[in-house]
Amino acid sequence: MNALKGFGRFWYDFVIGDDWRLAIGVVVTLVVVYAAAHNGHNWWWLLPLAVSALLAVSLLRASATHVGDS
Amino acid sequence: MTHDVFLVAAAFLACAVEMVEALTIVLAVGVTRGWRSAIIGTVTALATLAAVIAALGPALAHLPIDGLRLFIGALLLVFGLQWLRKAVLRASGFKALHDEDAIYADEQRAALAAARDDEGIDWYTFTVSFKGVFLEGLEVAFIVVTFGSAQGNVALAAVGAVAAAVVVLIGGLFVHRPLSRVPENTMKFAVGVMLTTFGIFWSGEGAGLDWPGGDAALFGVLVYVIATSALLVRLLRQRHARAVGPRATVR
Repeated sequence: MNALKGFGRFWYDFVIGDDWRLAIGVVVTLVVVYAAAHNGHNWWWLLPLAVSALLAVSLLRASATHVGDS
Repeated sequence: MTHDVFLVAAAFLACAVEMVEALTIVLAVGVTRGWRSAIIGTVTALATLAAVIAALGPALAHLPIDGLRLFIGALLLVFGLQWLRKAVLRASGFKALHDEDAIYADEQRAALAAARDDEGIDWYTFTVSFKGVFLEGLEVAFIVVTFGSAQGNVALAAVGAVAAAVVVLIGGLFVHRPLSRVPENTMKFAVGVMLTTFGIFWSGEGAGLDWPGGDAALFGVLVYVIATSALLVRLLRQRHARAVGPRATVR
């Protein structure tokens, strides 16, 4: 059981890491892009834009948490 | 051709980072408790890894390419953003720089504290070496299989990994101490940028996007990711300097 938990934890840490919101944001963005592409909309600009926005929000959250503590 | 160079370079950098971490652990227990069990643990881990790769590699090759690109691209994107996030936090002063010397010292202290069985294999050394090499090796295998499969050339990604292994091994033999001289955060920053770039490009293709300019768009995405990351480092550095001072870090 411990080994199974350890295995799961390893993959969670390896793939998801410190901010699960990044993973959720990426999945949601890809669902939107996929749906748009299969309905005739080639929104290629959306993915890089959303990724940088997700990263910026995650970084600002991390730094704001710290600033708030000080 | 451009894709091939990019693929080898990305696999090389990503794998080198993982290998440096594994080598640090093996060096620490090997120097402290003897090389025999450290080497046996390392070789056993590599053999186990080879079996895992042999079992999983061919299965991946039979998956449909668009579905594969979407799945792998999404995984790389999430994985790459995680690396990039940490690298930006470190570069801006919000997170302490990763210290290979501290890891080495911790491993040495733990190794000295553990009971030693003088007969046969030293299981502590074996286990620590096995664990370090197997876990980091799994990450290397993941990088090689995912990079290679999405590009349709696992062998080329493996070339990058093998080159990284040779360079890190030679480096380890020469340095023979923790590899703290390797500018780790710079390396992680570059890996994060590359993983994110590949992730955006492949997942976009897999989702059905047509990138303007075709494959050349990869460079455009790369420039965009570098520019936005550099901008974020700059913003966070200013924020750090203005609001918290040099002593603060986040996990």
